[in-house]
Amino acid sequence: MTNPRLLERKPETLGLSVMLILSAGAVALGAGWVSGPLAIGLLVVMFASVVTIVWVALMGGLETRRALAPYGLLKPGILWLCLFFLAPLWSMLHMSLSTKKSRFDFYPTFSWHFENYVTAVTDFGPQFMRSFLYAAIATVLTMLIGYPLAYVIAFRGGKYKAVLLGLVAVPFFTSYLIRTLAWQNLLSDEGPIVGIINRVHAEQLFELLHIMDNGRLMNTPAAVIGGLTYNFLPFMILPIFVSLEKIDVRLVDAAMDLYSTASGAFRKVIFPLSLPGLFAGSLLVFIPAAGDFVNAQFLGSPNTTMIGNSIQNQFLQQNNYPVASAMSFVLMAIITASVLVYAKFMGTEELM
Amino acid sequence: MSGAQSTSQRNGRRFINGVAVAALLYLFAPIFMIVLFSFNDAKGKFNIVWNGFTLKNWAKPFSQPALTDALLVSLKVAVVSTVCATLLGTMIALSLSRYKFKGSGAVSLFLVLPLTAPEIVLGSSLATLFLARGTSFGYVTVIIAHIMFQVSFVAVTLRARIRGFDWTLEQAAMDLGANPQRAFWKITFPLILPGILAAALLSFALSLDDFIITFFNSGSLLTFPLQIFGASRVAIPAQINVLATMILFGSIGLMVLGFAIESRRQRRLLGPSSKARR
Repeated sequence: MTNPRLLERKPETLGLSVMLILSAGAVALGAGWVSGPLAIGLLVVMFASVVTIVWVALMGGLETRRALAPYGLLKPGILWLCLFFLAPLWSMLHMSLSTKKSRFDFYPTFSWHFENYVTAVTDFGPQFMRSFLYAAIATVLTMLIGYPLAYVIAFRGGKYKAVLLGLVAVPFFTSYLIRTLAWQNLLSDEGPIVGIINRVHAEQLFELLHIMDNGRLMNTPAAVIGGLTYNFLPFMILPIFVSLEKIDVRLVDAAMDLYSTASGAFRKVIFPLSLPGLFAGSLLVFIPAAGDFVNAQFLGSPNTTMIGNSIQNQFLQQNNYPVASAMSFVLMAIITASVLVYAKFMGTEELM
Repeated sequence: MSGAQSTSQRNGRRFINGVAVAALLYLFAPIFMIVLFSFNDAKGKFNIVWNGFTLKNWAKPFSQPALTDALLVSLKVAVVSTVCATLLGTMIALSLSRYKFKGSGAVSLFLVLPLTAPEIVLGSSLATLFLARGTSFGYVTVIIAHIMFQVSFVAVTLRARIRGFDWTLEQAAMDLGANPQRAFWKITFPLILPGILAAALLSFALSLDDFIITFFNSGSLLTFPLQIFGASRVAIPAQINVLATMILFGSIGLMVLGFAIESRRQRRLLGPSSKARR
């Protein structure tokens, strides 16, 4: 019975270790690392650690309970994420190295089949390239459109600031898919935009800019990029607005007092201070845009398919789970690498 | 400021204001089309070409049983998953903002990961887990998937909202003899409740509108977005636009109501002191 006193000295360490045991156990069980009697053993260990910590909390004083409380509050949510976010990543890795033994097998078996990755990168290279290219162009466009709007709301909104922000949010109260379908109405051959372009005879210009193709706006890369830009625009506007809003206006006054021009004050004071918002916004636009397949599906053609379309098609239509998993993994690897580089610059607090 | 400088300045100002107005118009262009085409007398299966004004779609908004059923499925899923995710997410947010403890940095990083991973990766990886375990796809898998991304969302947004919370208030209550539970439920909880509700409402909207993750984990269950996606290949009835317009104005109404309640509450709170100042 010396145990509880020993534990009481370090309740924080106990709390942390129980959380780690439970998380690791959840991932192991979810990913299927253990099975049969081993799994039962693991469950017993997890159960015992829960009993221990409850017992220590009940026996210990207020201080002990205070030290254990944060871990107790975290546990249910973290376990959920371990089971349904971390463990799936493992099973996807497992799946990406599997292969179907015969054509008639529904479920593939694990076989260190690295060829899936070769297939993913070579057969679907154009889709990968298109995804990152379209997402990058859409990110730049959301910056160009979103920055002035965020700037005007933050500095010239006055008492209408909240209303203007509300107006930015309102279009996104309609379903994502319906909004994208509405772009079909806008861009269709009989739609208003093609009509205006034809009336002012600007077809040649738009063809030259590769926005139009044979007099059509629909089913072009421009339509897909335009859809991506539209759908992810608020994710750029809001972070930029937040970082602009934090700026102390007196800094601009100070710059002007020191004989800076208005544009000089913007370049030297406002813009650098809004960079965290711009960075966060670009992540929030680029990541979902690179994985999206709705815009390419509704507004594009077979020549504008993105990697999301291919993953979706391989997974759900062809039931080719291994190659689809390999493609997902490559997509995630490339995106995670770039996010980590970004996060190093700004810290996780600024991400959201 | 000199006159010459202010002319160019005024032009710059006008230019930026113009870009902002254009951006707002751009944001509303498809919304205008959605509302407009709910009054379209569509010929054929697709509601893409304008063919004349009619009220017949609005007379029978629920005449497409497949659409209405899917909307009900979506609402059921969203209610269950939002309740669970709000509970789990609020506990995480409280833990991270209320206490200093070992491993909190790692936990915050871990929480951001599901929000920064592309949806298609979350959806397809979860589907491989269910496939490997032989789980049949349906309500349960969709709700599990929704809770997964909502937990992170609720935790991160709520944490940002209560970052400046004054935890000494709870201490004060305990100094006055309240036990920790009482101090929490009587002082802290009512103060952070608006933040919890706001996070819950946003995550409810996320669940209702989620397409990509649901697509991979639904099996034969059709939520509202999945029904629209399926319909978009064969026929787009104008009722889609009618329902979308209803949802749009319903949520605008809710937002305005929220604004009104919030400002009344603030006026009530500030009322006596502002009178005293006068």
